[in-house]
Amino acid sequence: MVAISTGRMVRIEGDRSARARGLAVLLVGLLIAVSLASLGWGATDTSLSGVLRDLLSGRPISQQDSIVMLQIRLPRLVTGILVGAALAMSGAIMQGLFRNPLADPGLVGVSAGASLGAVAAIVLGGALPASMAAVFGWYLTPVAAFVGSWLCTILLYRIATRRGRTSVATMLLAGIALAAMIGAVTGIIIYKANDAQLRDLTFWGLGSLGGASWPKVTAAAPVILLALLAGPWLARGLNGLALGEAAAAHVGIRVQRVKNAAILTVAGAVGASVAISGGIGFVGIVVPHLLRLVSGPDHRWLLVNSGLLGASLLLLADMISRSVVAPAELPIGIITAVIGGPFFMWVLLRNRGVLDL
Amino acid sequence: MKRLLLSVALLAGPAAAAEPHPDATRVLSLGGSITEIVYALGEEGRLVGRDMTSSFPPEAQALPDVGYVRQLSPEGVLSVKPDLILAEDGAGPPETVEVLKNAGIAYESIASDWSDTGIRDKIDAVATALGVPEKGQALADKIAQEFSTAETRAKSVTEPRKVMFIMSLQGGRIMASGRQTSANGIIHLAGAQNAFYEFEGYKTVTDEAVLAANPDVILMMDRNAPQANKAANGTDDHAALREQVLAMPAIAATPAGKNGAFVQMDGLFLLGFGPRTGQAALALHDAVYGTE
Repeated sequence: MVAISTGRMVRIEGDRSARARGLAVLLVGLLIAVSLASLGWGATDTSLSGVLRDLLSGRPISQQDSIVMLQIRLPRLVTGILVGAALAMSGAIMQGLFRNPLADPGLVGVSAGASLGAVAAIVLGGALPASMAAVFGWYLTPVAAFVGSWLCTILLYRIATRRGRTSVATMLLAGIALAAMIGAVTGIIIYKANDAQLRDLTFWGLGSLGGASWPKVTAAAPVILLALLAGPWLARGLNGLALGEAAAAHVGIRVQRVKNAAILTVAGAVGASVAISGGIGFVGIVVPHLLRLVSGPDHRWLLVNSGLLGASLLLLADMISRSVVAPAELPIGIITAVIGGPFFMWVLLRNRGVLDL
Repeated sequence: MKRLLLSVALLAGPAAAAEPHPDATRVLSLGGSITEIVYALGEEGRLVGRDMTSSFPPEAQALPDVGYVRQLSPEGVLSVKPDLILAEDGAGPPETVEVLKNAGIAYESIASDWSDTGIRDKIDAVATALGVPEKGQALADKIAQEFSTAETRAKSVTEPRKVMFIMSLQGGRIMASGRQTSANGIIHLAGAQNAFYEFEGYKTVTDEAVLAANPDVILMMDRNAPQANKAANGTDDHAALREQVLAMPAIAATPAGKNGAFVQMDGLFLLGFGPRTGQAALALHDAVYGTE
């Protein structure tokens, strides 16, 4: 499968970089529009135009408006942009690295490790000594998820690396084995959980931007931003890797460095994202695929555009998640799957000839 | 989790009693038993919203639902414009609670404990927060009366019977109650013994474990909704369920199976640990020991 898809992704049908550049401008516009909509939209009657009018005319802003804007919608907006961009760009990087259209960040062990950390924190967190519990407080689950994702990625990397060379195929297969083992441990912990913890776990697995807060944003933002800025530097290396590892080395790409950087970037971006927003599926697969269909597989634009579209898409999904059952809210993972699944299927069916898997 | 809450409470010193808010006119109730207490106090006119678990009395379901009590959305809660939030402990996430407190909304966290004193404390806390302590006292007295009747009856039992509470029968597998559950609590209040003390929470048990536990009575709940009953037990019909459960190989050989001792009670009434729990303990006692 890997070899066939390699051939497909490399075949560049004319130069589509002009199209990709135009798309990038369009996507920036989309992100700005969606961000403004997201700030203005919510269960309370606070509106963006109302707050701006107050600001411009120098009237004091009501306490409710300022809380809704500054403590609820703004951290949520920033979280949505960071997480959406991180998931989509990581998906694109993984698909390039593994030269496989089905690759997602889960392949480097991030998701399994994060869920083990979160499950352990939710169920066993109460058994920690009070002094430790007091240090982490509410943030025990995000911290545990982040640490879990990193430990798991490092372990997989060590397994797949021999004499300074990382075998992506070994990493993929070892990832499946490790996920199974972690699944067993997670299962045991879940078995010990009580009803309230089980509900917490289920909701965590479905993801939400609902718990967004400034402390969480400031903790996760440096890691995610660093990864988002580093991502596009991988473009040339990933383009080269599409030729196959040997060919890439011949055209002067330092393959091992690209691999290391890609794994590090994805582990950072996705680990931090999962830690602050739980498990949100489908963004990492749907967004890069869609963009490849529109503007081709050149990573120089694909990575940036994926980040932009991923952010917009997650903000849109979040707006749906907080409006369909208002004043309650539907976990965002349900929305991304409901939109992403059928849409992905439609794209596949339409392009059966083009995307011969 | 319990221990964490406990240790946090210890760090913060003794739990402060609820502050009175007699002027609050827009009250949001988060927790099924709290909503039930507000209605029992006759203060339902001040309610503007509820959480997903607040389904009794049925009128409460007409109030806007702000979602699951541990996954509240801060903006959703603000949108019902509450001036007082009465929340069962564990409501959250903590970030949301923090935002709500910052928004200047009075927030009273109310402790839960599956015992008779726990219920009286809860009523006391809700009544104090609403600024109607006399009504709370009257309700607590009435409930204390019911509990003391139940307790007298429970104490008159010389040979306590073993009750196995079955949460659900999905795929014919019995999910029974162990320690640390509301089912365990009500079984004790009714003067009976829980069939399983080996584990905590609700767990799937093997047929052999059921035989070894040797229950005298099988207890199940009626979920008050045909689909929910079908999903949990495979049938919505009491008689059919009774026959089916008592005929299960694991149960047929136990005293419960031999004597046809099968009880099904309204789930919220039985396990809600609210103002009706004294009556529930009495009703369960009568059903288990066959005294009318």
